[in-house]
Amino acid sequence: MAILKVCGIETEYGIVTRGFDVSPVTSSSMLINAYAGSMRQKIGWDFLDEHPSADARGTVTEASFPPEIETHLVNAVLTNGARYYVDHAHPEVSTPECLTPRDVVLYDRAAEEIILRSIASVNALLPDGQEIGTFKNNSDGKGNSYGCHENYLVSRELAFGRLASHITTHFVTRQIFCGAGKVGSENGAPDVPFQISQRADFFEEEVGLETTVKRPIVNTRDEPHCDPLKYRRLHVIVGDANMSEVATFLKVGTTALILAMIEDDQFPDWLTLRHPVTHIRSVSHDISLTSTCELQDGRKMTALEIQEQLLGLCQRYVRSYGDPTSGDAEEILREWESVLDCLKNNPEDAADRVDWIAKRRVLEGFALRHGVSPLSAQLRAIDLQYHDMRLDKCLALRVGLRTLVSIDDVHRAVTNPPPDTRAYFRGTCLARWPQNIVAANWDSIVIDTGDEILRRIPMMEPLKGTRAIVGELLNAVNSVEDLLLSLGSTDTPGWDPLMTPEPGW
Amino acid sequence: MLAVATVEGMADRIRKTTPQTESQNAPASADMDVSTASGQRLKAELDDLLDEIDEVLETNAEDFVNNYVQKGGQ
Repeated sequence: MAILKVCGIETEYGIVTRGFDVSPVTSSSMLINAYAGSMRQKIGWDFLDEHPSADARGTVTEASFPPEIETHLVNAVLTNGARYYVDHAHPEVSTPECLTPRDVVLYDRAAEEIILRSIASVNALLPDGQEIGTFKNNSDGKGNSYGCHENYLVSRELAFGRLASHITTHFVTRQIFCGAGKVGSENGAPDVPFQISQRADFFEEEVGLETTVKRPIVNTRDEPHCDPLKYRRLHVIVGDANMSEVATFLKVGTTALILAMIEDDQFPDWLTLRHPVTHIRSVSHDISLTSTCELQDGRKMTALEIQEQLLGLCQRYVRSYGDPTSGDAEEILREWESVLDCLKNNPEDAADRVDWIAKRRVLEGFALRHGVSPLSAQLRAIDLQYHDMRLDKCLALRVGLRTLVSIDDVHRAVTNPPPDTRAYFRGTCLARWPQNIVAANWDSIVIDTGDEILRRIPMMEPLKGTRAIVGELLNAVNSVEDLLLSLGSTDTPGWDPLMTPEPGW
Repeated sequence: MLAVATVEGMADRIRKTTPQTESQNAPASADMDVSTASGQRLKAELDDLLDEIDEVLETNAEDFVNNYVQKGGQ
């Protein structure tokens, strides 16, 4: 049976220095320290739970290169439940765990706001003529890529092989509405003037553990950050970072629905691809949306036709099985149907929500007006500047993208956690007792009460520790000592607001 | 300072999405006229957008693009 789709996004931002020259690790650290310096106390990350070399297939091949944990780099936990850190020479923000795709959009926007505030803080400290800049994209146009990863909670009962082959169909074809668009091609891919996805050129395997080389369409990292006997965390590395809020909503929402459908064994085996690696590129390189993908049974369908099939299946699934996205399914299905309708009849109509179409409209208009060639520096500059986080330079802010969340809600989400996941407990504890929390990670926090012993509070259930469950308890206690007493010893059987799952999910 | 700037950025987004709503509410009875008018309006919008982009685009596109190198990502 499908479980509720707790989900989140982690985005690596591109980073540059202007007027001075330091390594990207240094500039990323400066950026995060400038932001963290404004917090009451910087809370470190606890690495005890990190196992990036664990493989969901149960074995690791000698040829694979699991990512290493970089414990020496800057790492902060925020009161909204997010993690803000230096990862592989980029500043990265992981949203807190969210119960709905709409909340993922909200906290992804909050992450952008955190980057903006960091930039303002660090640039205020730098001498005149020096500044740090950031970009929300996935490629430098020179063969280097960096990720925007999604995470979804799935049941451990689901066999990983089936999950991988089924979800691949969606990962290859969903780019037609959540691709961010790119001028040119990279990584040895055939030349094209413009393509749908920033990332597609970098995927070389169907399934694997790597994230920095020979990237696989389905990543097998088996690091659930919660009860490993009950859950998997599907770590999705194949997506583009979106400037469009609707595109982020669709990317996460459609994927959550399809994962639940796979868990309930309602995904038909015929709808799997024979050559996913070939097609992730061919779909990205075909802005006419007419090229076909070969299915396992030999049939050929366009990415758009495959998406129409997936939409129909999800409409029926939600009617029969209910909503695994805690209230967003109706809006996801409506937006999905609408965007596919636009792509089928008049793709230009999707310029208010699909990044690659909005970007292409500007590129074509500019090329026509100024008579520049398809791969000129001006067009590459427009491509890059679409993702520029400077408000006075960002082109995505100027192309008429529809928004889903208000700026007031974004500002609140910068400091406040979502109320309906364990992020509520983490964020609230960090806000209330920063001087007592020595470290935190996704599934525990470590508290120093002044005793000789540090106390670890485990949070192995993503849907415990919510405001509904611990709100009153947190309001009633005045100190961490009271909190520990109220929670009781975690090895005591009985009521435990952070560990025991609610019946029925 | 920053909060104000951010609010302005968001106001920009909201302002520019307004025409889309108008087009969705256009009467269906005069499809051809609406289509022509809509096409002209879209062109005018694109012209305005391109004017703005000409203003904010980095003056040295080549340096801007060449200096953007990102190594070591996931």
